[in-house]
Amino acid sequence: MPKILNNVKAVSEALDVAMDKWKEVVVYGEDAGFEGGVFRATEGLQAKYGEERCFDAPISEALFAGLAIGMSLNGLKPVVELQFEGLGWASLQNILGHMGRMRNRTRGKYPTPVVIRMPMGGGIRALELHSEAMEAIYAHTPGIKVVCPSTPYDTKGLILAAIDSPDPVIVFEPTKLYRAFKQEIPDGFYTVPIGEAFKIQEGNDLTVVTYGAQTVDCQKAIESFEEKNPDKTIELIDLRSLKPWDKKMICDSVKKTGRLLVVHEAIKSFSISSEIIASVNEECFEYLKAPLSRCTGYDIVIPFDSGEGYHQPNPIRIQAKIEDVLNYKF
Amino acid sequence: MKTKFLNVFDPLKNQRVELMDKNGKVLNEKLMPKLSDKQVIEAYKLMNLSRRQDEFQNKVQRQGRLLSFLSSTGQEASEVGYAYPLIKGKDWFVPGYRNNAAWLTVGMPMRNIMLYWMGNEYGSKSPEGVNSLPPNIIIGSQYSHATGIAFAEKFKKTGGVALTTTGDGGMSEGETYEAMNFAKLHELPVIFVCENNKWAISTPYAKSTKAINIAVKGIGVGVPSIKVDGNDFFAVYAVVEEALDYARNGNGPVLIECDTYRLGAHSSSDNPKIYRPEDEFQDALTKDPLIRIKNYLINKGVWDDKKQEKLDKEQDEFISNEFDYAEKNKNYPLEDVFNFIYAEKTPELEEQYKEAKEFFEKYPEAKGGHH
Ligand SMILES: Cc1ncc(C[n+]2csc(CCOP(=O)(O)OP(=O)(O)O)c2C)c(N)n1
Repeated sequence: MPKILNNVKAVSEALDVAMDKWKEVVVYGEDAGFEGGVFRATEGLQAKYGEERCFDAPISEALFAGLAIGMSLNGLKPVVELQFEGLGWASLQNILGHMGRMRNRTRGKYPTPVVIRMPMGGGIRALELHSEAMEAIYAHTPGIKVVCPSTPYDTKGLILAAIDSPDPVIVFEPTKLYRAFKQEIPDGFYTVPIGEAFKIQEGNDLTVVTYGAQTVDCQKAIESFEEKNPDKTIELIDLRSLKPWDKKMICDSVKKTGRLLVVHEAIKSFSISSEIIASVNEECFEYLKAPLSRCTGYDIVIPFDSGEGYHQPNPIRIQAKIEDVLNYKF
Repeated sequence: MKTKFLNVFDPLKNQRVELMDKNGKVLNEKLMPKLSDKQVIEAYKLMNLSRRQDEFQNKVQRQGRLLSFLSSTGQEASEVGYAYPLIKGKDWFVPGYRNNAAWLTVGMPMRNIMLYWMGNEYGSKSPEGVNSLPPNIIIGSQYSHATGIAFAEKFKKTGGVALTTTGDGGMSEGETYEAMNFAKLHELPVIFVCENNKWAISTPYAKSTKAINIAVKGIGVGVPSIKVDGNDFFAVYAVVEEALDYARNGNGPVLIECDTYRLGAHSSSDNPKIYRPEDEFQDALTKDPLIRIKNYLINKGVWDDKKQEKLDKEQDEFISNEFDYAEKNKNYPLEDVFNFIYAEKTPELEEQYKEAKEFFEKYPEAKGGHH
């Protein structure tokens, strides 16, 4: 029986399926046991699988990640929840310094197939440090894979792929989308392969690449643009995997449209868009009809709620960028 | 569980387990571990081997044939003392970076240790049947890793214990407390060792902490903690043996402070003469753990100068053979820098590998001086 779920319920569903399928899956995080975490993503798992497999962790982010490394190299599949991305910096030492390196350091003897999930991104009127989008740090790290699903189908499929993966995977869950909409998804086990993007719609004049909460903003922007410009069609791609990313799908699309706009809320410099634009430039230069472009957050400390609107791309900003790219003349 | 050491020697009163004096005379026969002469000699040989390897490595490092290394000189009783009672293939060793004697004891081939210090990752791959993680450079995190390993042991009911170690300086890292706290919450089979050698590079113990000893640092998180004379092989062995038993039987973690001294430099590029008081060093020399256990064996009539001479000669030959092997095998092909990043190369890595391969085939001299 397919289920109709929102994103956060798709997380629970994925964890439930995984814990049922592999008895070595262990889930923990702050308040993740009894209460099911602040977003209730792990709700019901402790009741179903016991305290040994789903438990509250003390507030000690450096430990969480280090613990998972030890667990994973000794045969378990830990799935760790960070309460918010911006509150988890202490775990970076272990993620970057050990998790990404252990397989290489031991020439393959001790891989660390850990999954770390974290709510990311803004637009939820939260406190300081609750709206960070620093995915580039993780994507920049050798040995780590990074995914960022935007739909319930992808959330379940990518989390299951992450748990099934022999490599450590960071799963960014856009907080703004947790309860934004529902979708019918298959029952039981299925995966969305890490590294494959999803084409939301076909188009001929511009390729828009995005991920996370901005998939929704981009859809709105494109819909409104296409209404006003019926002669133009825009191809929209949800990246889903940030590392590795689907260079082939994006390059094929740019070769067809000749134009690219990358959209994300993360800080502009040294970001996912930097990587995509540099790579597309290397591969598609002779196909280009306009400079490769992006619509992103600024290089600033993420503003509190009152200033957040200045920072995050929104449909109006994205639409303005689309117009700029399409109107560009050499 | 009935104990002879844990909860008997009180770190809050700065009590310390000592079984043998600095001349090798047994102080407390009743508490001595039950070890045969053969076993004690085996342990002594490992201590001697590590000491001689340190000396050898100092020499070749100065010749530029080793990048650098951190010596165990002065800490052999601690390291062999805690590593010797581990069960091979079942228990885990989760080291820091100053653990030469312990690595040899858990079964790490010397050639691997040398390869590591030559800058070759194959050196940190432990062979089948040796559950040892590589040297850990990021101080503190080994306590978390050991805790995770211990969690898995308990979860899988495989009965192994994880033993990890750091220095006195490392006990200032928050992660060590985080790990001990969690290990106690879950009653995990993990032994936390701190080799208190009094110095963290040039920072003395007194500038790392005001605590009267390291062992008290476990008490705040509820972990049974104990201080032992780290230059006394028997004291370390006996306490670790009890702690392993305690942890293996589901009683949770233990923190053990080995009170010892670093006789060598911090690393091969450090000069302790500029910060270490000479009288402190001279005093430490009189407590050399190697001399102490050797005197014990001589007093017992099972060791003498002739045996020592023969052993030194054999070990020197072994060390130099291992080094020859490592030196001859320190290079690996280009693909190995790409091969172990992910289970399978990502498309990006595949592309970059092809590019690098073509480049280095065309310009082999670009590989640099080491090849
Ligand atoms: C997290 C971290 N910070 C700093 C260093 C650099 N460092 C290497 S050894 C050392 C001193 C460690 O002293 P201690 O823990 O007492 O161990 P010892 O070297 O004396 O065995 C420092 C600061 C490091 N390796 N890791």
